[in-house]
Amino acid sequence: MNFGVLVFPGSNCDIDMFKAVRDVLGENVEYVWHTETDLSKFDCILVPGGFSYGDYLRCGAIARFANVMEALQKAAAEGKYILGVCNGFQVLTESHLLPGALLRNNNLKFNCYQTVLTVENNETPFTTEYAKGQEITIPIAHGEGSFYVNDEQLAELEANKQIIFRYKNNPNGSVSDIAGVSNKAGNVVGMMPHPERAVKDILGSADGAAMFKSVLNAWREQHEQKVSR
Amino acid sequence: MLKATVYVTIKESVLDPQGKTVQGALQKMQFNEVSSVRIGKYLELELDTNDRAAAEVRVKEMCEKLLANTVVEDYRFELTVVEEG
Repeated sequence: MNFGVLVFPGSNCDIDMFKAVRDVLGENVEYVWHTETDLSKFDCILVPGGFSYGDYLRCGAIARFANVMEALQKAAAEGKYILGVCNGFQVLTESHLLPGALLRNNNLKFNCYQTVLTVENNETPFTTEYAKGQEITIPIAHGEGSFYVNDEQLAELEANKQIIFRYKNNPNGSVSDIAGVSNKAGNVVGMMPHPERAVKDILGSADGAAMFKSVLNAWREQHEQKVSR
Repeated sequence: MLKATVYVTIKESVLDPQGKTVQGALQKMQFNEVSSVRIGKYLELELDTNDRAAAEVRVKEMCEKLLANTVVEDYRFELTVVEEG
């Protein structure tokens, strides 16, 4: 399986993401600079955290117009697996690949610590290795992670099972304790907590590793189906 | 030349914790009449055109596409004539 990690000027979790794939899965993983226009070789594209373009104007607002984003839109439409973490999540909402927006934390602090998440939907390509309702420990590190949708959009997310993770103790004022969401099709997932920083016990938690295993399994199942046809 | 002055504000329905904090600070300084503070962005765009109607359309597009995130923000703008010097 081929993984691509997008790199924008100001990305700073790209190496963690790269190593998480390499160490947890041992699959092929490459960095993809923001000027790239072709993502066709990748089965899964990871949009890492950081401060792309210095977070100028709004988090993710400028990254949205990078050359690689057109290719990412195409990959999303083709049903490829896409995961955005932290600033990556902000980039995906700004690109309208995911619903909602991320606002400044309600306590105005940069929150950087372990959080307990509840797995709300374990049927996405990134969450099948979890049990529904499972509590997992994943760190957060953000100042603008307060997820916002209006009441109508929230009802829609609930109805379509697009809420993937919720915080047990809401750290930032996110609507309905939401920590991660997916698109309608389920192939694009975004979250503020960092699963790539929780792949080994020595990091404080290994609960994030299952996200990477999940997507490899999803790809294998899809691939085997194709082979057996 | 035209100048577009763009104001981007957080929607009324969305909490503004920064504004709340500034309000608290003002009240602490005895400016008790301040009942609300909302913080937004102010942008000045110089446009190489004198066509006001066209500029109106273009600036609206800029706001919708980039300058504001219409999920959580409102925007308004004014166009003024700039004397070329």
